[in-house]
Amino acid sequence: MASGVKPRVKVPSSVSAGEVIEIKTLISHKMESGQRKDDDGNTIPRSIINRFTCTFNGETVIDVTMEPAISTNPYFQFEAKVPEAGEFVFTWYDDDGSVYEEKKSVTIG
Amino acid sequence: MEFSRRETLALGAGAAALSMLPLRSFAATADEMIAEFTGGADLAQDGVTLTAPEIAENGNTVPIEVSAPGASEIRVYATGNPTPPVAAFAFGPLAGSRAASTRIRLAETQNVVAVAKLEDGSFAQSTKLIKVTIGGCGG
Amino acid sequence: MKNIYPLTAIASSFLIALSAPAKADEDAKLVVNDEIEMVTETAAPSHLEGLDTIYSGWTFRTDETQSLQMDDFDNPAFVFVDQAMDAWDKVEGSAEKSCSSCHGDVMESMKGVRAVYPKWNEEAGEVRTLVTQINACRTEQMGAEPWGYTSGKMASMEALISVPSRGMPVDVAIDGPAQSMWAKGKELYYTRFGQLELSCANCHEDNYGNMIRADHLSQGQVNGFPVYRLKNTKLNTAHARFKGCVRDTRAETFNPGSEEFIALELYVASRGNGLSVEAPSVRN
Ligand code: HEC
Ligand code: HEC
Repeated sequence: MASGVKPRVKVPSSVSAGEVIEIKTLISHKMESGQRKDDDGNTIPRSIINRFTCTFNGETVIDVTMEPAISTNPYFQFEAKVPEAGEFVFTWYDDDGSVYEEKKSVTIG
Repeated sequence: MEFSRRETLALGAGAAALSMLPLRSFAATADEMIAEFTGGADLAQDGVTLTAPEIAENGNTVPIEVSAPGASEIRVYATGNPTPPVAAFAFGPLAGSRAASTRIRLAETQNVVAVAKLEDGSFAQSTKLIKVTIGGCGG
Repeated sequence: MKNIYPLTAIASSFLIALSAPAKADEDAKLVVNDEIEMVTETAAPSHLEGLDTIYSGWTFRTDETQSLQMDDFDNPAFVFVDQAMDAWDKVEGSAEKSCSSCHGDVMESMKGVRAVYPKWNEEAGEVRTLVTQINACRTEQMGAEPWGYTSGKMASMEALISVPSRGMPVDVAIDGPAQSMWAKGKELYYTRFGQLELSCANCHEDNYGNMIRADHLSQGQVNGFPVYRLKNTKLNTAHARFKGCVRDTRAETFNPGSEEFIALELYVASRGNGLSVEAPSVRN
């Protein structure tokens, strides 16, 4: 699933110091549950993103353990405190070892 | 015997509009998993809010939100899914609130449970019945 | 005994509670990204005799499904729009060109295009859907392989091209050289198909607002296509939807891309003249 995976992240680019902001993330991924069968009746092996993290300047905002019950094209919305200017790093960990990363800089203004 | 189209359409009018699957539950396993998370501690019935539609238009994509002020972690279980765990949200020092939204899969009509671990070490739980409907058009 | 299907089979396929409310929420307004105001309800175009008011399919969905379309960061279709953005710039085929080599910035060059398709193409002497036009560019302009009519790549490109037209009124021409295709589409729309002897109009004109099993029937408009469906978690083209609807009447269906479905798309699109282009939209 390493091909065609594209994260989308919504973060305001400029905030005031200490502000709490809303973040939305969406990534394209089949999230194959491991419970479906193909046309020949064979179980399709599980292949999901199993973890999602968001950090700001190295400190954790949220760390999510994901199970096969998370829908295709996983979506998360949550809030973060922004104490200073810096960079958000969003990371998705795939069962197959792939890691997808997206970064967003935020200025204070 | 011959049906007009109107009659065909009206045939089901008396029946419930929702075709629901019977309530089947893997609650035992979900309960076990929750007990493992809480170490058997008591579960307060308030302290965590689970927001979800009463009726989901499609079980493949059901939007939910969990919120528990003061929580360090919130776990979500779908008691009627073949494997109940859905997600575990652990909040870090820069979390702006102890809340998160996502979209989940529900195999059938069932109870969804959110369990929050609060910073004082106690636990809270919230349960919501979500009806999963079956669409009329295969499209 | 003319009816070869047992009563129960028909009844279980079509549970329509005729007492159902006309619409989920009369006052719901669709504003996308706090910016694009969509017309989801307006007077029917004059050629349409069976309806006074036309409604976008959005108005028939639950609050939760409706809200997925209000922000491009909530709308899962946009992961595919992003993928199509890459495809737009990708050089392919013997002419060694990308879409952008000729069309430049898609948000500029494709503004208004989605609103007027399907459309008569003078040079080719045929009615083209966005899909057949895209494939004409791929094969004739780029020397590349055509994409499958209902393929993911095609649906994604159609979605991307629709984005700059969002909020503009659908304005499909039904006169002039397109008239005969339009008439053909209209005839198909009112033809009863299959074991159940149901036409598109029987469901989408006579019974919109009612429940069919647990599904809230809309007017079957195409202003939101391609559509991200919660059911199959991907983008769906109008022809894929037509196919599903015809199949549900237990009829042999036409193929996506067939002349019948192109005529039908032209006609159905014209029934929505005046609604906003919503594509890519979200439905159940
Ligand atoms: C070599 C130049 C060239 C390339 C490359 C090309 N096109 Fe075109 N395209 C044209 C021309 C010329 C027209 C108008 C003539 C016609 O109607 O066929 C057109 C028309 C269109 C239209 C209809 C616009 C309207 O106003 O009706 C669409 C949509 C379109 N192209 C999409 C694409 C896409 C998507 C790609 C890449 C997959 C692409 N084109 C690649 C030359 C090109
Ligand atoms: C047996 C009833 C039935 C018939 C007949 C039927 N449909 Fe549908 N159609 C549905 C249902 C149910 C849905 C899903 C709910 C909705 O959007 O109306 C649907 C959805 C649609 C949609 C998607 C609308 C949107 O906003 O996403 C389109 C387009 C459509 N139908 C077109 C057609 C066409 C064209 C025909 C005739 C070839 C047809 N339908 C025949 C029941 C029917």
